[in-house]
Amino acid sequence: MNDQTPTSTERAEKLQGMGCKRKRVEDIRFVQGKGNYVDDLKLPGMLYGDFTRSPHGHARIKKIDTTKAAAVPGVVAVLTAETLKTVNLAWMPTLAGDVQMVLADGKVLYQNQEVAFVIAEDRYVAADAADLVEVEYEALPVNVDPLKAMAADAPMIREDIKDKTEGAHGKRKHYNHVFNWQAGDQAATDAAFAKADVTIKELIVYPRVHPCPLETCQCVASFDKIKGELTLWGTFQAPHVIRTVGSLISKIPEHKIHVIAPDIGGGFGNKVGAYSGYICAIVASIVTGRPVKWVEDRIENLSTTAFARDFHMETEIACTKDGKVTALRCYTIADHGAFDACANATKWPAGLFSIITGSYDFPAAHVSVDGVYTNKAPGGVAYRCSFRVTEAAYCIERAMDIMAQKLGMDPAEFRMKNLIRREQFPYTSAMGWEYDSGDYHTAMTKAMETVKYQELRAEQKAKQEAFKRGETREVMGIGVAFFTEIVGAGPSRACDILGIAMFDSAEIRIHPTGTGICRLGTKSQGQGHETTYAQIIATEIGLPADNITVEEGNTDTAPYGLGTYGSRSTPVSGAATAMACRKIKAKAQMIAAYMLEVHDDDLEWDVDRFRVKGNPERFKTMTELAWAAYHQVPPGMEPGLEAVNYYDPPNFTYPFGAYICVVDVDVDTGVTKVRRFYALDDCGTRINPMIIEGQIHGGLTEAFGIAMGQEIHYDDEGNVTTASFMDYFLPTAVETPKWETDWTTTPSPHHPIGAKGVGESPNVGGVPCFANAVNDAFKFLGSTHIAMPHDHWRTWMAADKLGLHG
Amino acid sequence: MAKSQIAMTVNGKAVEALVEPRTLLIHFLREQLNLTGPHIGCETSHCGACTVDLDGKSVKSCTVFAVQANGGDIRTIEGMAAADGTLHALQEGFREMHGLQCGFCTPGMIVRAYRLLEENKNPTEEEIRLGISGNLCRCTGYQNIVKAIQYAAAKLGGVPFQEAAE
Repeated sequence: MNDQTPTSTERAEKLQGMGCKRKRVEDIRFVQGKGNYVDDLKLPGMLYGDFTRSPHGHARIKKIDTTKAAAVPGVVAVLTAETLKTVNLAWMPTLAGDVQMVLADGKVLYQNQEVAFVIAEDRYVAADAADLVEVEYEALPVNVDPLKAMAADAPMIREDIKDKTEGAHGKRKHYNHVFNWQAGDQAATDAAFAKADVTIKELIVYPRVHPCPLETCQCVASFDKIKGELTLWGTFQAPHVIRTVGSLISKIPEHKIHVIAPDIGGGFGNKVGAYSGYICAIVASIVTGRPVKWVEDRIENLSTTAFARDFHMETEIACTKDGKVTALRCYTIADHGAFDACANATKWPAGLFSIITGSYDFPAAHVSVDGVYTNKAPGGVAYRCSFRVTEAAYCIERAMDIMAQKLGMDPAEFRMKNLIRREQFPYTSAMGWEYDSGDYHTAMTKAMETVKYQELRAEQKAKQEAFKRGETREVMGIGVAFFTEIVGAGPSRACDILGIAMFDSAEIRIHPTGTGICRLGTKSQGQGHETTYAQIIATEIGLPADNITVEEGNTDTAPYGLGTYGSRSTPVSGAATAMACRKIKAKAQMIAAYMLEVHDDDLEWDVDRFRVKGNPERFKTMTELAWAAYHQVPPGMEPGLEAVNYYDPPNFTYPFGAYICVVDVDVDTGVTKVRRFYALDDCGTRINPMIIEGQIHGGLTEAFGIAMGQEIHYDDEGNVTTASFMDYFLPTAVETPKWETDWTTTPSPHHPIGAKGVGESPNVGGVPCFANAVNDAFKFLGSTHIAMPHDHWRTWMAADKLGLHG
Repeated sequence: MAKSQIAMTVNGKAVEALVEPRTLLIHFLREQLNLTGPHIGCETSHCGACTVDLDGKSVKSCTVFAVQANGGDIRTIEGMAAADGTLHALQEGFREMHGLQCGFCTPGMIVRAYRLLEENKNPTEEEIRLGISGNLCRCTGYQNIVKAIQYAAAKLGGVPFQEAAE
């Protein structure tokens, strides 16, 4: 053999395949300010749209007068519900089977609701004129409390469906009721509670928050009257869904709609849904014959597009006296705001909330969720989590701590006693989910050993004694959380959006020179897809990652897919990529056999080539085979080297992790300092450890924001009081703790490359871990549950309630 | 609305234009000069996505009128790389240390870090964190941004970058 021939290991390294910390392809443009975001787009003759919004939380509209607005020089048109009715677009269907007003029709149901859409030559003029639309309102009684929504005398939110006793998800029991949804075995659960040694019950509230990506929602609609075709650029996490929904709503044939999602400045769930701004921009372009841009400002973003959570969970656990859980029961009121515009798989009105038994071996469980209407903005997206999974994780992890406290057990020890054991996988939960793989005890043990858990508890005990002696005003908390997610929606038997199965896709085309392009149905918003999908391809078919272009977001060229959210890109499109690669590889093997004049079975794969078994000097590299595919295929074979795969996953994936957080709380100021945060994640096979670590840092920071300060708050009159960065907490570099990351690797047995998805794990595990840490600090003073967010004021109040201020 | 004549230097080039007195500097840069690197994230000076360097200071260009920048010397992200295309040490550092994800805050963050390093060639981690606290990032959790700035400080100082032990 020629000694210059690199070894298999050297060749594998050059490919930059899975497992390597490949630097990101995207960064080259982003660090030079050459990203291409929606608001960067400028088209000839482009107009700008802006909304007139409701100052009221609930009011009847007596009159809308657009005369003054329309008279402003530069204003081209003003749309109201009346104008939209002429094209049957005053209302639109939601992803959850409800309908929602595009522009206020007869009344407004929440503050900042869209009332009129002004289209003008420039964005300043549009804003000026939006202020001049005159609306006469008659204020109505407001309800922003979901627990009061089904009272006999509650204000009626939705007059349009007041007589409908059936909703999209079954019977409605009150005019403000959206649905009731249940899972698990109620009789078995009640029986377990009846004979339980110990039970706990707590109302655990996950407040309304907002994903708040740094780039707001925006779009440019351009309708070509001659061709009858619409091009829509926008901040879309799911471009194909937008095209299909857009076609169904507008009646423009789907092949005449071109949806393009360019670079997206963060999504976190905010950019999954369809919003009034998109519909109004489309109608405005059709009406004016010119391109129309709509860009949300920050207040509009925080107060109208896509809130998350607002789950009010009355939770009970039953347990034996020696600490084995026997049952879990949860009744939840879910505040859906004024319209049910929840972004869930259509059959799951409470998402995958029944993952609430978490990482523990509960023999019985039952959950019941009532969705209600209130005078708040619609939405209900999954803010950096799979559908309602973070609500479930927060709930079970708080409840486990409360139970451990009642039993007088250490929370980590209590968890260790109840975690599902390795030999139980695949494990079917009391709710019916089949957990694919896990090694929970190994992860928990590694976490506890790394942070020296027992030493921390000893230090805490000493500090508590010192506090009691009056030597310090600081209390120390140790938060433990062990989470299991359910991601990668999903299997078509379980998941669809408006009837479209939640598969995803990859289409790979290898060019003659051994480079290629991969197009997918997903859409990166910062996850680094251009980098990581190419790494999967590099490992699968032995072409360097640098030789593969990854393209997403253009519905004309990308294969159909359901988009990026719920950590589904790697579990679903990552699988599709691997499967498409395997088709390519199979064809390449036939070509290699033909060229080397051997039988297919006489060949074996070696990093980047097929070689003859027992004769490794006879080989054809993938680059050679790419060339051959275009001029030397076996007789009867089609030329070319490309493949497409639509992957319908056989199951969800179940990433998990063990997190530990140490905080010190000053009881006189309520200031909580995060001393340490350790996150161990198991996301199965790791594609790019650098990107995984970055995602975990980011997710933990978002979790920190949620746990320590975020809330979209409404006052009793329906005014949203936290809709700007003055009031809505986004952590800066100063508050943000330092993150320690770690991992174990338990591959998914049903995924082609064993990967499970990771982007949302740190949010799902992080929120309860912070909350448990703050709560743990006050436990020894008799506190059982302090609600989120744990900002200084609320923490001070909690300390005050415990009588710590004299 | 009557327009005002303004003149300034942007990324080393002389620029003259007519603007409405109320035109914000960010809109002037993005829409009249087509410099779309600086972004708009809040329009209330909180997020820092619109940060540019004006006369030796970092400013949030969403709350500066273009007319206030008349006669000024501005540098945006588009002016960071050398004329031959060589990336600035900060741009290199952000890529090497994975200091960005969606890229939306990155132009403002890099331009802010540039001024920080002009004022303090060898900042501590705490000084870096305080120095970029006017720039929000929703993706990275800042840890790698801090490293990226340390990388650049080392490179500009001519010393090899060593990551601090975790």
